[in-house]
Amino acid sequence: MTILQLLILIFSFFALSRVILRTRDKKLTLYEFIFWVFVWASVIFIAFFPGVSTFFANLVGIDRGVDILIYSGIGLLFYLIFRLYVKLEELEQEFTVLVREISFIKKKEK
Amino acid sequence: MKEQLLKKIHENKVGQALEKIPILKNKIVFLFSMTLIYIIIPAYEEENSIGKVIDDLKKHGYENIVVIDDGSTDSTFQIAKDKDISVIRHVVNRGQGAALETGIQYALTKDPDIVVTFDADGQFLAEDIKRLCEPIKNKRADVVLGSRFLGKAKNIPLIKKIVLKLGILVVYLLYDIKLTDSQNGFRAFSGYAASKIDIKSNGMEHAGEILHEIKSKKLKYMEVPVTVVYTDYSISKGQKSSKSIILGLKMILKKLMR
Ligand SMILES: Nc1nc2c(ncn2[C@@H]2O[C@H](COP(=O)(O)OP(=O)(O)OP(=O)(O)O)[C@@H](O)[C@H]2O)c(=O)[nH]1
Ligand SMILES: [Mg+2]
Repeated sequence: MTILQLLILIFSFFALSRVILRTRDKKLTLYEFIFWVFVWASVIFIAFFPGVSTFFANLVGIDRGVDILIYSGIGLLFYLIFRLYVKLEELEQEFTVLVREISFIKKKEK
Repeated sequence: MKEQLLKKIHENKVGQALEKIPILKNKIVFLFSMTLIYIIIPAYEEENSIGKVIDDLKKHGYENIVVIDDGSTDSTFQIAKDKDISVIRHVVNRGQGAALETGIQYALTKDPDIVVTFDADGQFLAEDIKRLCEPIKNKRADVVLGSRFLGKAKNIPLIKKIVLKLGILVVYLLYDIKLTDSQNGFRAFSGYAASKIDIKSNGMEHAGEILHEIKSKKLKYMEVPVTVVYTDYSISKGQKSSKSIILGLKMILKKLMR
């Protein structure tokens, strides 16, 4: 086992423990739980069997295994940012509802 | 005079009770042969123009006005307050879309026949309101959209013109609605349309959302020429053209989220 593999292993287990804890607190839905377990399990798997990523890379016509990791990493990040944007937008809209209600209450007081 | 009377009836408890009876309401409106028009003015840091805008509206006979001061740090609120109109204040700046929705919800409690949205920066003319309301009075439309390109865009900067034309294209691609001016804040809604339309966007992307609502709620709409005046003041206060790229992206994202 190389040091890099050890580090990836430790970090992935740390992340997985967070996922489990969050799910137990009901902060993550079942769908999200499965998604994250899949992500970190794949990370561990690929760290120990790098050949797998090369196999998948060649399958879609990419030469190096590392490249497909980077591409899918970027794709994942985009997806997460979009979800964050949606969440933020929801918060903004809820915040506006609050500000609006306060403005109506204040208007009635006067 | 008529308007004063109708307003009195509308504000009076007995009058309100009478208005609840549909036949009577029609009678009252018919008697004074007028429609209750509510003007909604979203305002953010407009102390230099808001007073004149309100005075001008009153001069043209529009007495039912609600200003939404959107967390301005200047004296916009106080100036509007001293004008004997309704003023609502957001404690935090939430954007023009949020302010419009607040104004519409407030106006709807007064059971208006027509709701008109009007800018606080003095770019619109009070005399255009009549033309905007006409199709609603005649039941030819639920929503009337002002168009500065059918009408006049006085002293419009070239870059602004280009941005607005691009906006028309984006709106056409996203919502399949062909307009001559898609980003114009000068609009009139029937009471019915105002109660149907729900603006969730806080910022300027509400322009697209309103069109989406018009389509999905199957409201009849039409465009009417209006004048939009560009002055050094309005340009310095107005939307920076550079921001329109982000605005366009936001409209696309909003569309994706639905
Ligand atoms: N409530 C609220 N109103 C705003 C805000 N920003 C602008 N407004 C108001 O919305 C109206 C139009 O704003 P402008 O920034 O001039 O936008 P515009 O007229 O569409 O764009 P221009 O063509 O550049 O003038 C004015 O009455 C402003 O006071 C905001 O953050 N909140
Ligand atoms: Mg303006």
